[in-house]
Amino acid sequence: MSIVINREQCTGCGKCLKVCPGNLIFKDEFGKSFIKYPKDCWGCTSCLKECAFGAIQFFLGADIGGQGGYMQTRKDKDLLHWSIHKAEGEPIEITINTKDPNQY
Amino acid sequence: MDLEIKELTTDILIIGGGTAGCFAALTLAEHSSCQVLIAEKANIKRSGCLAAGVNALNAYIVKGETPETYLDYVRNDSEGILREDLVYSLAQRLNSVTEKMESLGLVIQKDELGEYVARGRRNIKINGENIKPLLAAAVESQEQITVLNRVNIIDYLLKGNQVIGAYGFSLDKNVFYTLRAKAVICTTGGAAGLYRPNNPGFSHHKMWYSPFNTGAGYAMGIRAGAEMTTFEMRFVALRCKDTLAPTGTIAQGVGAPQVNGQGELYETNYGTPSTPIRMYSTAMENLQGRGPCYLATKGKSPAVEQDLYKAYLNMAPAQTLKWLESGKGPSQENVEIEGTEPYIVGGHTASGYWVDTQRATTLQGLYAAGDVAGGSPQKYVTGCFAEGEIAALAALDYIRNQTLLSVDLVDVQRKRDELQSFLNQSNASRYSIEDLEEAMQKVMDIYAGGISENYLVNTPKLNLAKEKINVLLKLSQSLKAEDLHELMLLYEVIDRLYVCLTLIEHLLARKETRWHCFQENADYPEKDDQHFLKYVNSRYQQGKVDILFRDLVTKDVNYEHRD
Repeated sequence: MSIVINREQCTGCGKCLKVCPGNLIFKDEFGKSFIKYPKDCWGCTSCLKECAFGAIQFFLGADIGGQGGYMQTRKDKDLLHWSIHKAEGEPIEITINTKDPNQY
Repeated sequence: MDLEIKELTTDILIIGGGTAGCFAALTLAEHSSCQVLIAEKANIKRSGCLAAGVNALNAYIVKGETPETYLDYVRNDSEGILREDLVYSLAQRLNSVTEKMESLGLVIQKDELGEYVARGRRNIKINGENIKPLLAAAVESQEQITVLNRVNIIDYLLKGNQVIGAYGFSLDKNVFYTLRAKAVICTTGGAAGLYRPNNPGFSHHKMWYSPFNTGAGYAMGIRAGAEMTTFEMRFVALRCKDTLAPTGTIAQGVGAPQVNGQGELYETNYGTPSTPIRMYSTAMENLQGRGPCYLATKGKSPAVEQDLYKAYLNMAPAQTLKWLESGKGPSQENVEIEGTEPYIVGGHTASGYWVDTQRATTLQGLYAAGDVAGGSPQKYVTGCFAEGEIAALAALDYIRNQTLLSVDLVDVQRKRDELQSFLNQSNASRYSIEDLEEAMQKVMDIYAGGISENYLVNTPKLNLAKEKINVLLKLSQSLKAEDLHELMLLYEVIDRLYVCLTLIEHLLARKETRWHCFQENADYPEKDDQHFLKYVNSRYQQGKVDILFRDLVTKDVNYEHRD
């Protein structure tokens, strides 16, 4: 269970680093974020939701059934767009209106 | 690296800015002009149990129900070991704290008459993905509340039996903090990672409970000699295989029963369904070769499946990723379930500080709320809010006659030097922090009833566990931390070792089987009401855990600490 931060997309704003409940994200010598303790990630996805640049991907470890895919989020006012990328094929988009309660 | 000593003062110090802590702070701001300081290990925006969100509020008095019927439910589920005064006082506030949360922006489903829509007898439907950011924003908008993010608290500041603040250190700069206050509210949450986890490798932190809740509040209380209660009532959760995502949304939400590997219903073969029985029945089916067990979702409609994807994205996104990545959603394949490692968590079971009805601990000036406070199972999120409110009001009342007490600078220097010695460790052992964590988890798994033992304990094994945990506690003194993050990890291991010691003594003391899986003793396989319809409590004194038994406290008693 962990995340990957894309160095090219990271602007070094530091928001992900601040919000991680495990204090697992640090900055490298160029001011870009990286996850220093990838095994210690809980999988809460707080950092994804914080990143305005789509630089963070969340994936499942192979030990819990990961098959090479990942997910990302994009925020648009009240809408939270999740895109799920399988190892092959088109990504699946699920949009959640944060003003809508769950059905279950 | 040299730690500089810095002192801060406040009226009320709250340790841990999670569910209970944030709500306690808001209560103080609403009812007083006192200065409040929240010390938080991470950042209150997403720290604690609510980081990813929560899918429903599981403790609400819906139409036709009362605080009395809530108490009946908790009494039944906990086999009679509960503090009725605590559960009842909290149940009376469940609805008002929910309204308060709605006023802060929480989305709750309503019907055409404007009433909350119930899911079963005690639950209401929400969109709780952003519940923690909403709480944090409300806290940060209050001028009288100061939030100290990324400061790890390690011990109480004591004057005799009185708590007058706490010690901690920054995770960003070389600062050792002395935080002084007229009263302290402990809201640090429970403890995960005591036992070998479900996914011991790369995904070792893919747990149900927060892996960052490492029992700091329990351990600080234990070391300071506070009375603790019911640690032996561990919480073993029945969860989705691998992701350890909650199952209630599927089981109760869409109505999917538990089936074994042969497709047979099994839950009712093990007695009246309750939280421990749902877990026990699944463990037994596996043990008897009828696993794996599932929630039977196959055949549900695509619309239901879409709603489940969304519901899980709002609280445990790994589960939705798993469904979609594998190409098999819950409509096509039943959802496999498993039991978690045992956690110590007072919001689900009754482990924690022994408190009076006002949530004062046995240490003067220290209050406790949420997962760290004992005696009151099935609090869930709203119960933690309610308890934060009760503790805050009691602390407010207490500080009316209190002044800030001074600290002995020799004590401060000694504590600072203890931290410094872990950073400078000249006599470091060959073991790393991670080595000792794994050793602890292995000992607890094998000798104190972990997953590999099907949660079963007995006296000879528990005695071995005690011996081995004491060895690890000794070894922990020669650990070395290379930086401030490692210093936090080091204290997290030490804290869990103290929690383990207390837990083992509690498991040894309850010579019966009160709850399947949670506390199942092979030497005493039956329930023994005659001798054990009592609380098992403990105090750590002179390096050892002393056990005492206390009589049950009923609903209308205003319980006060006397002896």
